[in-house]
Amino acid sequence: MRASLEGEKQQTDQSMDGGLMQMQRRLAEYRNALFKEGILDSQYLQLQELQDESNPDFVVEVVSLFFTDSEKLLNDLSRDLAQQNVDFKRVDAHVHQLKGSSSSIGAEKVKNACIVFRNFCQEKNIPGCLRCLQQIKQEFLLVKSKLETLFKLEQQVVAAGGSIPTVQQPIL
Amino acid sequence: MGAAAEPRFHVLAVDDSLVDRKLIERLLKISSYQVTTVDSGSKALEFLGSLVNDDRSSSDALPSVSPSDHQGVDVNLIITDYCMPGMTGYDLLKKVKESSSLRDIPVVIMSSENVPSRITRCLEEGAEEFILKPVRLSDVNKLRPHMMRTKKLKDQEQESQEEPERHGDEIGLPPPPCQHELETQQSQDPQTQQIQQSQQPKSGNNSNKRKAIDVEEGLSPDRTRTRYNGVATF
Repeated sequence: MRASLEGEKQQTDQSMDGGLMQMQRRLAEYRNALFKEGILDSQYLQLQELQDESNPDFVVEVVSLFFTDSEKLLNDLSRDLAQQNVDFKRVDAHVHQLKGSSSSIGAEKVKNACIVFRNFCQEKNIPGCLRCLQQIKQEFLLVKSKLETLFKLEQQVVAAGGSIPTVQQPIL
Repeated sequence: MGAAAEPRFHVLAVDDSLVDRKLIERLLKISSYQVTTVDSGSKALEFLGSLVNDDRSSSDALPSVSPSDHQGVDVNLIITDYCMPGMTGYDLLKKVKESSSLRDIPVVIMSSENVPSRITRCLEEGAEEFILKPVRLSDVNKLRPHMMRTKKLKDQEQESQEEPERHGDEIGLPPPPCQHELETQQSQDPQTQQIQQSQQPKSGNNSNKRKAIDVEEGLSPDRTRTRYNGVATF
């Protein structure tokens, strides 16, 4: 009888841990996929290294700043390019800022799209710039939605009593 | 005298990007530095100027004190972005090096662009290092030697009593008007208008007369060192 009780206890424990473990595994897989797809690069890992018990929300905070900052810049860029006489210096300055901040948080695809944009800007190629802007917006919305999902998964893990798995080099 | 406590160095970080300011602030704090962040070169000069002369009544008053007379906070290193609207990091570097009360403060330039001529220019103008963005913890770890060296120099000066001719001429010049072509960040974010200062208890490093027994490098630091991290961003 004792054996079966222990067996039951083990099962219960396993299913409880199993739930958390599953969540952690899903989180790790989701995160790895983002690196594999080139949506995030190693700079994102640098951000995570700066997070600790004294600053448990650092990554979310920086990324949130990036979101609001970028949305503003994207609006500015739309406006810049809609002008009668496009001020390319101004456009370039805005893209430069966006490239910088996306690079700082590891949003690789956004950063790369900015680099392409700057080339068209230098050529003063407005249709090219407009196409690039669309591309940047797409990449931005993608990384935004992915990161928001990632944060939600992390929250779930933490809420279930787990801790976010130690950051390792992404399995590429 | 027992083992001296690790001095708490104060870094002034200058960057117009909100995201980068937050990042550099965290990088510096996690490395146990006291940090002040500002979003422009002119604000940086304002802050530095306020250190030189506590009771400057008018903007025309020429401060005539030496760094060792600081009443309050000291700045042990300035780390600045290169590309900023209005006063660039290079402009700021020049102003600091032209100022007799500020020129000993080591300056480090950060840039997202790997332009050799830019790097050379900065190093020639007296920058200690040129760091490629995004800045990493490993980059920040390289800053301490610069602060230690300058501090040792200052301690040595203090010990040798008088500074021969130290006159303040610098911040008499009003900073150039900030041409904000890009009004995005400054106008939208009031909190970055103010100087953010992290208050941490600091061990008064000015009054600590540490005997500099071993000077790691000579009195004329090698300015031609080029430091890169990683590859070009293009």
